Amino acid sequence: MTIVKEGRRPVGYRPGAGSKASRAVNFAVLCALSILFLIPFYLIVRNALASDAEITAPGWMWFPPELHWENFQTLFDNPAVPMARSLLNSAIIAIATTVGTLFLCSTAGYGLARIPYKHVNKVFYAILATLMIPSAITFLPSFVMVSSLGWVSDYRGLIIPTLFNAFVAFLCRQYFLSFPKELEEAARVDGLSYWGAYWRIVVPNSKGFMAAIAVITFVGSWNAFLWPLVIGRDPESWTVQVALSTFMTAQTVSLNQLFLAAAVAILPLVFVFLFLQRFLVQGVAQTGLKG
Amino acid sequence: MAVSTETAPADRAGTGERTSRARRAGRWRTTLTFWYFVGPFVAGLLVFTYIPVIWSAYLSFFEARNTVSPASEDFVGLDNYVAMLRDDAFIDSLGTFTVFAAFIVPLTFASSLALALMLNKVRLARSFFRSVFFLPFACSYVVASLVWKMSIFNGVRYGMANSILDLFGIEDIAWLFDPSPPWYWLVIVTLRLWIQCGFYMILFIAALQQIPEHLYEAAYVDGAKPGWQTFWHITLPQLRATSVAVLMLILIAAYQAFDEFYNLIGNQAYARPPLMYLYNTALGTVQDLGKGSAGALILALLIALVTVLQGKFLGFGRSEGQ
Repeated sequence: MTIVKEGRRPVGYRPGAGSKASRAVNFAVLCALSILFLIPFYLIVRNALASDAEITAPGWMWFPPELHWENFQTLFDNPAVPMARSLLNSAIIAIATTVGTLFLCSTAGYGLARIPYKHVNKVFYAILATLMIPSAITFLPSFVMVSSLGWVSDYRGLIIPTLFNAFVAFLCRQYFLSFPKELEEAARVDGLSYWGAYWRIVVPNSKGFMAAIAVITFVGSWNAFLWPLVIGRDPESWTVQVALSTFMTAQTVSLNQLFLAAAVAILPLVFVFLFLQRFLVQGVAQTGLKG
Repeated sequence: MAVSTETAPADRAGTGERTSRARRAGRWRTTLTFWYFVGPFVAGLLVFTYIPVIWSAYLSFFEARNTVSPASEDFVGLDNYVAMLRDDAFIDSLGTFTVFAAFIVPLTFASSLALALMLNKVRLARSFFRSVFFLPFACSYVVASLVWKMSIFNGVRYGMANSILDLFGIEDIAWLFDPSPPWYWLVIVTLRLWIQCGFYMILFIAALQQIPEHLYEAAYVDGAKPGWQTFWHITLPQLRATSVAVLMLILIAAYQAFDEFYNLIGNQAYARPPLMYLYNTALGTVQDLGKGSAGALILALLIALVTVLQGKFLGFGRSEGQ
């Protein structure tokens, strides 16, 4: 993705312009900041592959003299740490949340954008009104609801209440409003129902938008903490974030295992970043600007 | 019935004559299709947002400990609200938030805008830099808290910050473990700054791309010097709408700060944000859902108030018109 459209010739008025010296300074500052921003990732890797004695040794050590790959074995064998289970929980929850949110919010957004129902505006405002309630304020009332449904420490309680994201539905509506109507109308004339037109024409032509929403939902769900903490009371239902937070205060987990667990926890998202960053950037630009 | 040229869009599209019964059937089918698309979502919103919020408002008038369905004799009127507003710990938590916001809002705004401007200027390795600054967004607050608390600012000699201070012969600092400011604020604020800067930077980059180049051209012709002058008179005014939105987003996110406080400090009186306090009131050892609900509603009202005031102050409505 290019950030500034390249002009035909170098011109002095462009904000990117400037003397050679000022560009060099700019570049140097960016390099220094990059190193600063990467330090926490470096620390995770260093501590994950060192021994505890090396981490706590006096005097700063940039790299452990030898890499302790056996830390993986110790971490996953540690009975005090339900690492594999919590990773599995996080994966199930994040995937189900992404698929569910995408399905529910996009169909709702399409209905709101396209179907000429008489009271469509009233429904739309009823959905929009919930955006005014900060999500952090609803965690307590939602917990009350989930616990009276008996969904505490249960996948249902961890997944279902998070699916009805009014903001995503709003984004989908805005997107479908700008979708070329002619395509669908042609399909409708050919005898397809709204449902058929939606699945055969609209969805296949909205892959980029859908991917952006999916990636941002996945990242949010994988990193969520408050809701899984509130609902996942039983260790069997911990997500990887809740598990990590618990290990941090536990005496049974050594330092290197802690950081190895953190490294494992961010690994899926590093992959998302490497391969799907385009969609993530697009998703951020969409979610942020229209909000 | 005479064929009329009036309203219904189907008629305008020229699908031919329709009897009123067929039209009514068509309208019914439209209604049905609409709810087929929107119904599941609205049902979920009712069950998991509308009903809980109303229920919680109801609970806030009751003595509701360890229960979500208090008996009618437990009705206490406004006592929960009075108790919350008289509760020093709750008021302190609002103070904690205010200090936190006073640091994090301007810092995040300035840093993300600065990063966006620098990226806009650089030609070499631009997408690499963007990725690096955006990468922390993939990191959860829990993982970042782990790094900040156990490796950078752990308050002992082998911690990274203290190792660096040692180089300059400065004594170790206890950071998070010192209950008097300012050091724990440095830890908390830098953590959030690191995570969210890149996110807002992306928003600013998108907005910078929208600024028409001819504005800079015109300013250049008029003799404005590139640099501070054009930034102040062209770039910043053009970013107005985005800036207002970004400020709102940062502030609302700061209101809901919980993860890093929970993991860095835990439930300590000296740095306990409102959400942390509510969490402990409603779901801690006491499980006072009545008081917790009252606190949540007070907080919701405060957020609404601040949002409205901020909108007025920054001229949210004007940005569209100009």
